[in-house]
Amino acid sequence: MPKIIVEVMPKEVLLDPAGKSVNNALHRSGHKDITAVRIGKRIELHFDRPVTDADLAEAQKIGENFLSNAVIEDVVSVTVQN
Amino acid sequence: MALFKKKKPDFVPSGVDTTANAAVTPDKALPYAQLGLKDDEYARIVDILGRRPTASELAMYSVMWSEHCSYKSSKIYLRQFGEKVTDEMKKDLMVGMGENAGVVDIGEGWAVTFKVESHNHPSYIEPFQGAATGVGGIVRDILTMGARPIAVMDQLRFGAPENPDTARVVHGVVDGISFYGNCLGLPNIGGETVFDKVYQGNPLVNALSVGALRHEDLKLAKASNPGDLVILFGARTGADGIGGVSVLASETFDSTGPSRRPAVQVGDPFAEKVLIECCLELYHAQVVAGIQDLGGAGISCATSELASNGGAGMRVQLQHVLKRDETLTPEEILMSESQERMMGIVPKKHLKAFEAIVNKWEVEYSVIGEVINEDRLYINWGEEEIVNVPPRTVAHDGPVYERPVAYPAYQDSLNANNVHVAAHGHGLHRHNDNGSELAAQVVQIVSSPNQADKSWITDQYDRYVGGNTALAQPDDSGMIRVDEKSGLGIALATDANGRYCYLDPYEGAKLALAEAYRNVAVGGAKPMAVTNCLNFGSPENPEVMWQFKQATAGLADGCLELGIPVTGGNVSFYNQTGDVAIHPTPVVGVLGVIDDVARRIPSGWQDEGNNIYLLGVTKDELDGSVWSEVIHGHLGGRPPVVNLAFEKQLAEAIAAGSEQGLIASAHDLSEAGLAQAVVECSLRFGMGARIWLGEICERDGVDRTAALFSESTGRVLVSVGREDDVKFVGLCEARGIPVLRIGVTDNSGHLEIQDIANWNLADLAGAHKGTLAELFG
Amino acid sequence: MTFKIGVVTFPGTLDDRDAQRAVRIAGGEAVALWHADENLHKVDAVILPGGFSYGDYLRCGAIAAQAPVMESIIKAANGGLPVLGICNGFQVLVESHLLPGGLIRNEKQHFICRDQTLVVENVSTPWTNQFELNQEIVIPLKNGEGGYIATEETLKKLEGEGLIAFRYKDVNPNGSMHDIAGLRNERGNVVGLMPHPEHAVEAGFGPDMPGTMRSGVDGLKFFTSVLNSLVNA
Repeated sequence: MPKIIVEVMPKEVLLDPAGKSVNNALHRSGHKDITAVRIGKRIELHFDRPVTDADLAEAQKIGENFLSNAVIEDVVSVTVQN
Repeated sequence: MALFKKKKPDFVPSGVDTTANAAVTPDKALPYAQLGLKDDEYARIVDILGRRPTASELAMYSVMWSEHCSYKSSKIYLRQFGEKVTDEMKKDLMVGMGENAGVVDIGEGWAVTFKVESHNHPSYIEPFQGAATGVGGIVRDILTMGARPIAVMDQLRFGAPENPDTARVVHGVVDGISFYGNCLGLPNIGGETVFDKVYQGNPLVNALSVGALRHEDLKLAKASNPGDLVILFGARTGADGIGGVSVLASETFDSTGPSRRPAVQVGDPFAEKVLIECCLELYHAQVVAGIQDLGGAGISCATSELASNGGAGMRVQLQHVLKRDETLTPEEILMSESQERMMGIVPKKHLKAFEAIVNKWEVEYSVIGEVINEDRLYINWGEEEIVNVPPRTVAHDGPVYERPVAYPAYQDSLNANNVHVAAHGHGLHRHNDNGSELAAQVVQIVSSPNQADKSWITDQYDRYVGGNTALAQPDDSGMIRVDEKSGLGIALATDANGRYCYLDPYEGAKLALAEAYRNVAVGGAKPMAVTNCLNFGSPENPEVMWQFKQATAGLADGCLELGIPVTGGNVSFYNQTGDVAIHPTPVVGVLGVIDDVARRIPSGWQDEGNNIYLLGVTKDELDGSVWSEVIHGHLGGRPPVVNLAFEKQLAEAIAAGSEQGLIASAHDLSEAGLAQAVVECSLRFGMGARIWLGEICERDGVDRTAALFSESTGRVLVSVGREDDVKFVGLCEARGIPVLRIGVTDNSGHLEIQDIANWNLADLAGAHKGTLAELFG
Repeated sequence: MTFKIGVVTFPGTLDDRDAQRAVRIAGGEAVALWHADENLHKVDAVILPGGFSYGDYLRCGAIAAQAPVMESIIKAANGGLPVLGICNGFQVLVESHLLPGGLIRNEKQHFICRDQTLVVENVSTPWTNQFELNQEIVIPLKNGEGGYIATEETLKKLEGEGLIAFRYKDVNPNGSMHDIAGLRNERGNVVGLMPHPEHAVEAGFGPDMPGTMRSGVDGLKFFTSVLNSLVNA
């Protein structure tokens, strides 16, 4: 059954304390070449029928209005997975 | 809970084994041994049923007859708690042992239910979820009695602080308790944290919850009226905690292929918070005749217990259970330990009202059966009957073992090796003549991980929610107001000392009881009832069984002497690191009542110019002490002597002193003795003091080391306003309580112990409060 | 005349009963408002209390902001109704765009419960008119996602127009930018803050204050202020 995948990331300019914390942990365990970590969300919207372009456009809207907080996050991708 | 140690789940059966099938295939071999059942137990099941059990029935019996659910190794000893009881002790007991939690009448139409439980093994495997679901489980037990849960406490024991694996467990457990408890909106009002290498591979995570209810709201887990509906509500049932039961699938049945089933339960505190509010509304509307929460052994436990307790039977259609995973087999559904589920017994006439309330809270539910007028539990999977058993045999008539008991081979030499003969007969060295050495030892002790301030942990817990918290950590007990109009409240304290218990399990259990009792009393409450969580090694080890036998006897005898009953508790066996058992660690919780929380007594002094009194007598009792551990790495001898009759007198004296308004603060002495107590009293509110030891040494015939670090029982540090001195001393003397003035409070910003040290409080605070953050922050 | 202060309950709200108690102690009548009911029952002000509405799923306060009651509250707030958002309530106000910025996980990644000193930087709101400007108060703080963040532009505006209502003093417990503990909107009727004034309203149950255990009641003025503003409205 098809799904639309919406990916949300914290805005580049803002703090990502979770990412920073994970980055520090990676450094402590020897992965010093990883310079930064940023953590976002992957949200799956499931359908029980084929997905249309209208669905994608609607998903973009849902992503921007509800699945992300535009003040602190960006919708970085909206894709179909069949 | 991990019912099967380190069992990897195998694969899932696709065929359904019916009772009809079982009746005609008597020779089918079932993997009962892998499920923990002995030959004679299996034979007994066959005898009870008159045929071989179906796979579902075998799953039910194996889990319900397991150690965790049936208490088979401990039953014969736990009986003492119900036997060593007088009528006087039972007078305020509304519900005793055997139910989900004990219930005590506290007056003014209020009752309180409380219990402590363990979730040890899951917390080593998956510390976060193990601890979180531990909190969830105990809270549901309280909810199930008809009460609103009002607080939680936790008793944590981890391995050596410097061991890197300890940090993994500490972070996971504290985060898990914080996550679940805070999200439920329950203030965390106390507990303990102990580090000791004996817990390295087997941390102890015990969780306590307490709830309040009006008498008429009491609910019991029983289904008594034929015709009443059986409704499963809350979270959907998934594959949580199934683990070893999947063994049922192996060679015996057809299978579609391997599939992994998690042994760990995953908790959702939001779901439980909603469930709490929903249940309380159901109770208030009186639409539920009986209720049981689903914990260990899930549906098989809930159905068999409800039927068995109610003296009726049940007919269940398992296919009506709401699942979050459609591939679950009936055996898995029966054994699932998915969290946040309740089973309600609802009279048909109340169904609509029930539905209105659960719908309002958006809680899912399904009617899965009904109560019948037969002493039988029938469970169908669609058309096919997969379980047909007498419920009592599953829920209550499990095996009762009388495991071999053996006095430990090490015990005599352990007890002989006391602090006076250790170090090749010289005795552990004491720096009695060197004040600054003694001062250094005080600092070393109060900054050691077990004695250090625990704010790094407790600041991750909400202590304010509810607006009724009158006392919380670092005070000696947690205290919650129950009635806003009258101020009626309850106090709780939990204590255990594994080192004392290892030296002498009988006395050690009594010592834990004495300490929790004293902790409740110094807060101004009257001790009333007891709960316990008995954490021990393997019951298959006769020396551990000896420890268990001794400890339960000590606790039962102690409760009888103090006149307060055990209302319920929990046993956790098999706590070992490899073959090495943990120290026997019976955690004792004491509940007290105070008629107005406004009268509570602070643990530290706040006013300057008050006199400081030490109540009780100090003896040279350093065996098993913090001093012997931190300074000398020694464990041997015999623990301090406990005098319960005196503890009672002492508690009554504190109560009388408090009633007369004579006591400004009271703090009991325990681990690390007087040194720890004066430091804690000074740091609590930042009020300094000047203390002298000379009179203690003289009157009690002890040296300075003992004066500072002895762990003699029956002692409390009290501060009294100048104007109340005479009355207070008179009160103590009249009641036969030895009382000695040993100091004076002052606003100097310093704590001085004459001829030993004069510490700046800020420096002392730094040493005492910095340790845990340094280790784990 | 007793004024009615609505206190909203979402699934997962925890401090609603405490907020109701605070209203009562201050002399008002607390009215319970259910999230699914868009009727505000003629209340004179609204409190969005603390807790973990919807389990903090998706983002704290995100799902609660979509509730029927919030539609009515947003409308009423735009019309001047006094609204106070505490902790999760502050998060709901931010998600509803009644206040600017965002609230993210604490810098140190842990939940923190502490008695927090705040400076009151704005006393021209219905919720703060009984404080003195720059008064220091002690209010319990308890949260895991209390870090206030906003764009440079927003921060400039907040500072420039005096819209910061409370600032953390001595200790910044969660890494909030500019030590911001709470905000007001331009009109002044909507105030949001992370600390919990409802936990400092009753002697014996509030923060420890010098000299007396658990005696702090600095939070009571939030509730007496709004009643005061209604009297003078």
